[in-house]
Amino acid sequence: MITKMTHVSLYVLDQNSAYDFYTNKLGFKVITDVPMGKDRWLTVSPPEQPGFEITLTPITTHMFSKEAAETMKDLITKGTFGVGLFTCSNIFATYEELKAKGVEFTKAPKKEFYGTEAIFKDDSGNWFSLAKLD
Amino acid sequence: MINDQYPKIYLYRRLVQAKLFIDTHYADNIDLDNIADEACFSKFHFIRQFKNIYQKTPHQYLIVVRIEKAMELLKADIPVSEVCYAIGFESLSSFSGLFKRIVGITPSIYLMQHQKIKAQIVNAPLDFIPGCFAEKNGWIKNSNFREPDF
Repeated sequence: MITKMTHVSLYVLDQNSAYDFYTNKLGFKVITDVPMGKDRWLTVSPPEQPGFEITLTPITTHMFSKEAAETMKDLITKGTFGVGLFTCSNIFATYEELKAKGVEFTKAPKKEFYGTEAIFKDDSGNWFSLAKLD
Repeated sequence: MINDQYPKIYLYRRLVQAKLFIDTHYADNIDLDNIADEACFSKFHFIRQFKNIYQKTPHQYLIVVRIEKAMELLKADIPVSEVCYAIGFESLSSFSGLFKRIVGITPSIYLMQHQKIKAQIVNAPLDFIPGCFAEKNGWIKNSNFREPDF
């Protein structure tokens, strides 16, 4: 029986830039930061969910062929991947704060049948829903 | 096209600006009266609205920001006395007492714990990475963690 999810890989174009985005802009906490060669094993968690680690994963030739790596980078840059959903206590305040910090939104908070939702992109091009679900 | 219109937009913007002011000026002698004035609120109304959104009064939030910043600096191996003044405390004992009350251990012990973790990371980095991920990345014990050349 599966009990919980602990790690998820999020492919990013640049780990240093992703570190800045997820910590200084989104306010996530660094859980593990271990130098591994020219990259790092770098995981972050939303402030109230320390047991769920998002691994900010560079696209390397260990994981992908050269061709696949280039395709991945291209698709991420173009905003192809909707990666997940974050919830918050107050979507309007969170939206205003992230916008003030320079986070790019493609959808402002809007009432939908399932709740109020906004959509933002990370520094690589991965996009997320930000929602206050009903 | 982004639609910026939703109820009380001005209210949220003022409260967010107040929060960001605390995030930036946590080390200064912050006067909450001034923040309330800047945000065009009465002090009482400001505190109530701030707590409504952030579940903490501005003062409680300021303490959280200072302690979290202290933890960050201690993790970066900054000495306790330097951290104390860097986050706006004037007394080492009041800083240590508050830190212990919130974090559960003194800043000195927190610093030592993280120095130990850092040493462990240097000596055995793979102990901090789930084995399945390490293997997929080609990070195996005794390797130099280099990526093959294209």
